[in-house]
Amino acid sequence: MIDKFVPNIAAALEGIKDGATILMGGFGNVGQPQALVEGLVELGVRDLTIIANNAGGAFGGLPKLMETGAITKVVCSYPRSTETSIFIDLYREGKIALELVPQGTLAERIRAAASGIPAFFTPTGAGTLLGKGKETREINGRLCVLEQALYADVALLLAWEADRWGNLTYRLAGRNFNPIMAGAAKLTIVQTEHVVELGALDPDRIVTPGIYVNRVVHVPDGQVVF
Amino acid sequence: MSASTAIKTLTRTQMAERVAQDIPEGWVVNLGIGAPTLIADYVPADREVIFHSENGILGIGPKPAPENIDPYVINAGKQYVTLRDGASIIGHADSFGIIRGGHLDLCVLGGYEVAETGDLANWSTGENDAAPAVGGAMDLGAGAKRVWVLMDHTTKSGQPRLVESCSYPLTALGSVTRIYTNIAVIDVTERGFELVECAPGVTFEDVQARTGATLHRK
Repeated sequence: MIDKFVPNIAAALEGIKDGATILMGGFGNVGQPQALVEGLVELGVRDLTIIANNAGGAFGGLPKLMETGAITKVVCSYPRSTETSIFIDLYREGKIALELVPQGTLAERIRAAASGIPAFFTPTGAGTLLGKGKETREINGRLCVLEQALYADVALLLAWEADRWGNLTYRLAGRNFNPIMAGAAKLTIVQTEHVVELGALDPDRIVTPGIYVNRVVHVPDGQVVF
Repeated sequence: MSASTAIKTLTRTQMAERVAQDIPEGWVVNLGIGAPTLIADYVPADREVIFHSENGILGIGPKPAPENIDPYVINAGKQYVTLRDGASIIGHADSFGIIRGGHLDLCVLGGYEVAETGDLANWSTGENDAAPAVGGAMDLGAGAKRVWVLMDHTTKSGQPRLVESCSYPLTALGSVTRIYTNIAVIDVTERGFELVECAPGVTFEDVQARTGATLHRK
């Protein structure tokens, strides 16, 4: 019997090592797997590279991870937040590295990693500071830059419903980066709000099929209080 | 005529209202964070315009009453919003596929500077930034069918924001086609800046005096 459910956060995060590159679902605090992120603090892993849209440290476990010095690099599109200056403080002190990526390019680099595309040309960022140093090519009259797929060791996702095969649904704007991050990492770990029986999800409604998912942990009401 | 001559300028809400007049029924529109977000309030409810938010929503509705907030429904500015009838949810890859794929009729962005070539600078003030942040600005600037900019005509100290070439780091090259400021509406064409209209009480000469490049009459 295939059963990807694990009993708790510690079991979900087992095996994550120092130096890991970790994809983290969410746009702001919507769709971010808070319990898993806080679990990383407990786990005490260090030297992490975090790939997330907003790595400014506004939400849940991320600022704690930053405060403990566990993160050495973030790859994100928007590292600022109005709630806390922890990222900016560390960045100014040279204690954290930043790879700034346009949001759509970030999404596509992750999707490319999940779907076997090693690199792609995009017009986004061409002729700007963020395109600097990258291979460029004029395609159909437009200047494009070559962007590389963004692979990771681990993906931490938030789902709305999950079955024991790891089939997932998401809720509203909580979908965001989660479906593309599934499959872009060697190990995909899901925090789910609800557990459903195998067969209960209409196949047409499954957004992420279980093939991309390794472990699922049930965290009811796991979404942060807003 | 001089830039120091006091003129009456439009407020942010008046500027937003002015942009809304030019958005026809049927367009799919992305409104940038900040002042552009206000534009939605001035599109009449009976004019069907579909608002896209890059975090993955097509069909954003008005702000919810506090008791109707759904924590899973936010816009790109991370403000609570609603979904209107007909709304759909998409993941980030699809949302930016819509943007880069040229499917948006319009994107209205804020700006620091626009060059007469249509170059846009709106994401970084260079070394003044505490930490750089870009979000979806470069994708929107490069991808929408039309890119309009909503910004004050000059900086607080009176420096022009409409210039021959941008001094701040670029967001996108040659993509802006129209600028709505607090004193004028200006098209960006092959000739450069062309005045479409002035705010009430403002003259062509007033606008030219506050513009860092040649202003053409239509």
